[in-house]
Amino acid sequence: MMCRSILVMIAALGTSVTLAADLRPVSTFKKISNRTERSAALFTEAARVLEHPRCLNCHPADRTPTQGDDLHPHNPPIRADEEGHGPPGLPCNTCHQVQNTPTNVTPIESIPGHAHWMLAPPSMSWQGLTTRQICEQVKDPARNGKRTLEKIHEHLALDTLVGWAWNPGAGRAAAPGTQKAFGELIAAWIATGAACPADRPADR
Amino acid sequence: MPYSINVNGAVREVDVDADTPMLWVLRDVVGLTGTKYGCGVAMCGACTIHVDGKARRACFTPVSNVGSAQIRTIETLHETAVGQALQRAWRELDVVQCGYCQSGQLMSAAALLEANPRPSDDDIDMVMAGNICRCGTYGRIRAGIHLAARYLNESTTGSGQ
Ligand code: FES
Ligand code: FES
Repeated sequence: MMCRSILVMIAALGTSVTLAADLRPVSTFKKISNRTERSAALFTEAARVLEHPRCLNCHPADRTPTQGDDLHPHNPPIRADEEGHGPPGLPCNTCHQVQNTPTNVTPIESIPGHAHWMLAPPSMSWQGLTTRQICEQVKDPARNGKRTLEKIHEHLALDTLVGWAWNPGAGRAAAPGTQKAFGELIAAWIATGAACPADRPADR
Repeated sequence: MPYSINVNGAVREVDVDADTPMLWVLRDVVGLTGTKYGCGVAMCGACTIHVDGKARRACFTPVSNVGSAQIRTIETLHETAVGQALQRAWRELDVVQCGYCQSGQLMSAAALLEANPRPSDDDIDMVMAGNICRCGTYGRIRAGIHLAARYLNESTTGSGQ
């Protein structure tokens, strides 16, 4: 009964309801009249993806990937090289297949996989950074793989390894929203000047 | 579904589901039982085989991912120079205790030496950390890899016997 009334309430609220797992659509940022503030707010929303465990685990603070929603160290222990692959003799694809692969062993329901499974380069580590610091790093060609903002958009909106975050295999929560909605936020952020949000007091 | 897979230099026809892990294809269909099952989730390394010369955990490598790659198992590791050096070192140092993990240890050690002929302790630890030994032979495994590297180096520089 209780569930039914909640469902009725949600139906009554219609499309204005944005579930926590969704991303706010770009249209909802129009009410922020200041362009720079709007841009920073768009990035802050997109950062819900960048700061999600599915992304952070392969953008660690050092060369050791992490796992799970609590970002615990990768088991078995692994240390990637500068290019993002395992040490000589133990490349990522020793274990990670070209696709997510189910296991028959609980509690590990699947081993994540992708044809280009690898760790982000050291210049793109995100763990431990504030949203502002990630924003500045993403824009900085010296750290982002010499990408223009246009290329950054292309990478985030279309790259299938980025897209893995929304298709992470059984036993793993996906990043919020969809890659399409994420790409639209990034496009709108760039179109409004690619401003970075200020650090929140808690970040300082 | 029928698959032609290349195992230890011979083409084998197997009729299994596409998602059947190579470990079970090798053990139950081809009859090569040297490759062992430990965990089924990439945590122990007991099932390590070589796919085109690179280490691969067979316990969840689907047969459909292997294609026409050359697969090598512990049964033919001795056909390679690295495999011979490892076997000699393993015997010399009496590395094995119960032996259950050792085919996986040797396959991982061989992949390491093929990629890095003179590994440091740290290089060995980084790669071999993926192989668990319940008997705790880790110290002898590391010493065995160093000794095998020395045998290989002596044979390439001509100073060996
Ligand atoms: S059985 Fe494959 S890694 Fe343990
Ligand atoms: S020798 Fe017994 S498990 Fe390794």
